[in-house]
Amino acid sequence: MTFLNHLISGISLGSVYAIIALGYTMVYGIAKMLNFAHGDVIMVGAYMSFCATNYLGLPAIGGVAVAVVVCTALGIVIERLAYKPLRQAPALAVLITAIGVSYLLQNAALLIWGSNSKNFTSVVSGKPLQLFGGALPVSRVTVVTVAACIVIMVGLTLFTGKTKMGTAMRAVSEDKGAAQLMGINVNTTISVTFAIGSGLAAIAGVLLCSAYPLLVPTTGSLPGIKAFTAAVFGGIGSIPGAFLGGILLGVIEIFARAYISSELSDAIVFAVLIIVLLVKPDGLLGKRVSEKV
Amino acid sequence: MKKKLSMLLAGAILATTLAACGGNSTGGTNGGSAADAGADTGTAAAGAAFKLGGHGPLTGGAAIYGNAVKNGASIAVEEINAAGGAVQFDLKFEDDEHDPEKAANAYNALKDWGMQLSLSGVTSKPAEATSADHYSDRIFALTPSASAVAVTEGKDNVFQMCFADPNQGTASAQYIADQKLGTKIAIIYKNDDVYSTGIYEKFTAEAAAKGLEIVSTTTFTSSSQTDFSVQLNEAKNAGADLLFLPIYYDAASLILTQANAMGYAPKFFGVDGMDGILTVEGFDTALAEGVMLLTPFNADAEDELTRSFVTKYQEKYGEVPNQFAADAYDCVYAYKQALEAAGCTPDMTAEALCEAMTAQFTSMTFNGLTGENMTWDATGAVAKSPKGMIIKNGAYVGM
Repeated sequence: MTFLNHLISGISLGSVYAIIALGYTMVYGIAKMLNFAHGDVIMVGAYMSFCATNYLGLPAIGGVAVAVVVCTALGIVIERLAYKPLRQAPALAVLITAIGVSYLLQNAALLIWGSNSKNFTSVVSGKPLQLFGGALPVSRVTVVTVAACIVIMVGLTLFTGKTKMGTAMRAVSEDKGAAQLMGINVNTTISVTFAIGSGLAAIAGVLLCSAYPLLVPTTGSLPGIKAFTAAVFGGIGSIPGAFLGGILLGVIEIFARAYISSELSDAIVFAVLIIVLLVKPDGLLGKRVSEKV
Repeated sequence: MKKKLSMLLAGAILATTLAACGGNSTGGTNGGSAADAGADTGTAAAGAAFKLGGHGPLTGGAAIYGNAVKNGASIAVEEINAAGGAVQFDLKFEDDEHDPEKAANAYNALKDWGMQLSLSGVTSKPAEATSADHYSDRIFALTPSASAVAVTEGKDNVFQMCFADPNQGTASAQYIADQKLGTKIAIIYKNDDVYSTGIYEKFTAEAAAKGLEIVSTTTFTSSSQTDFSVQLNEAKNAGADLLFLPIYYDAASLILTQANAMGYAPKFFGVDGMDGILTVEGFDTALAEGVMLLTPFNADAEDELTRSFVTKYQEKYGEVPNQFAADAYDCVYAYKQALEAAGCTPDMTAEALCEAMTAQFTSMTFNGLTGENMTWDATGAVAKSPKGMIIKNGAYVGM
C-alpha cells in the first residue's frame, strides 16, 4: 500500500511536469526554439487565476478562463516583440532572448504582486477520493491533472495530424523555407503555436498551484526546468513523449526519494536521464531525423 | 487583449491597495502622535549621525524578513533621532534578495556610502557572505537575525542579536523534552540550507541526551520543495507524534497543507523561520492551528516596551511585528547603549568604532524587546532565554 501511495504521489507530480512539458515540446517541435520563458508564463497564469478568484470574486472556472485568455495574449505578444525579429538570427540569440524574457516576466511579477508568497486556492475542491477503504487517498487535483493531460495530448495529436493549421505546423517544423514556398504563412503558424503553448501554460499553472499551492514570482522556473528535462527524456518534439517523460520523471523522483535517499533524489533523476540519453539519444519516443546537407 | 490585461492588472493593484488600507485602519490609534513626530525627524542632519547600514531580502521569497528588519530598525532610528540625544543614526538598507552574490554588491554599495556600523545581513547565507568582508574591512556588525554559526565564527567583530542555530536546536529539544510535547519525533529539514542543517544537527544531539526518540529524518532541497508526500508518509508510518520543522515558513505552509490533505495531524514544532506563516496571503490559518514555535519575542506581551513598539509598528506598517522586526529594533538600541557607554562620536572611523564596540558588546548587559539581561560572549553569540509560542485562532499566543 505504501508503494501505491508513492506511485500516486509520483503520478501526481509527474502529471504536472507532463502538462508543462506538452507546452515546451509543442513550441520546440514546431518553432524549433527552446522557450525558456514557458515556466514564467505558467507563473503568470497562476497569478491571473489567483487574482480573478480572490480579488474579483470569480468562480474557479472563471479564474481558469481569465488565465488562459491572458496567457494566450501574453504568448502572442512575447512572440511578436521578442522572437519574431530574430527569425533569421542564430538559435543561440533566440535562446538568450528567451532567458531574458523569463527574467523580465519574473521581475514584472515581483513589481506587480510583490515578493510575499501567496497561497493558491485549489480550483478543484472536495475531499480526496478514498480507494481501498481509505488506505489509498488520491487527491482530486491529481485526477483532474492526469485527465487534463490526456485530453490535451490527444487534442494536440489530432490537431497537428488532422487540421489544416496542424498540417501547416508540421510543414513549418520540417522546413520553414519550403513551407513558405508552398504558400504557408510561416509567421502566422508560429504565432498560433505560441498562442496554443501559452494557453496550455496557463492551465498548467493553475493545476501546478492547485496541487502545490505556494505562489511566488519564481514558482514556474523550477518546474519549468524539470518539465524541460521531462520533454527531453520523452523525446523533445514528440507529444506523447512529453506525457510519458513527465509521468516517468515524477515517478522516478518520488521513488528515489522514498526508497533510496531523499538527499539524492535529484541526482538519481538526472542519472537516469543521462543513461536514457546514452542509450537512446533522441529520448524515449523521439524520432531520428537525418539532416540533409 | 492588451487592454484586458492592463484592466486586470489595475484591478489587482487596486485590490491589494485597498486590502493594505483596511489593515491600517484596524491598527491601534493611541500611539499616533508619537509615530508622527518620529517620522518628521526621521533623518538626522548628515555628518552628525552614525552611518548605520544593513542588507536583507526586501524582494524575493524571504522578503518578509528583510522588510520586517528594515521597518523595525527604522522605528528605533526615528525614536532615537526624535529624542535628540548625543547618539543619532542615519540608516541605509539595501536589498540582497536572499542571494549571497547580491549581498556582496549591497555591502559594497553600503561601504561606498560610508557605513560606520552595520546590521550585516538578515538571512544566514547572505550574512555569511558579507561577514568576511566586515571582518577584513574592520566594520563592526550586529546582525538581527542571521543565525548560522558561520556568520560569527572566527570573526571577532560580528555579533548576533538572535540565537545562533545550535542554540535554537538545543533549546527546541530541551523545550520539547521538558514540556513532554512528544516522544516519537520526526524531522523534515532542508539539507541545502545552512540554517536548517545547523539546527537539525544540534537538535539531534540534544534530543539523544534528553532521551527523545527520533523515528524519522527526511530532507528536501530548494529544487524539490514542492512535494512532501514521501516525507510525510514516512513520518506517519513511523508513528511520529511530533514533527519538528527547522525550516522557513514558505515550505512549512506546503507541509501543513499536504499533511492536512492526507489526514496526518501530529504536533508541529517550528523555530524562528516559522514566524511569518500567518501572513501568507490566501493561506488558511486554520491549518496552522496548534503549530508551536520557539521565538524570543511575543507581540502579545503586556510590558510597556513591547506594547509601545507593537502599536507604533501597526500604525506605520499595518501589521503585527514579528520577531525579526523586534530583533532589529533591539539591535539599534543596543548600538545606542554601547555608543553612549563608549563615548563614541560620528566623526570616528569605522575601524575605531569597531574597536570600541567589540569591547562594549563583550562586557555590557542589554535589556530589550527580545529578552532581559542579554549578554554576548567573545564569539559574538548572544545569551537570552527563548519563549514557547503556539498559534491559536490565527494569532501567536505565549505558551
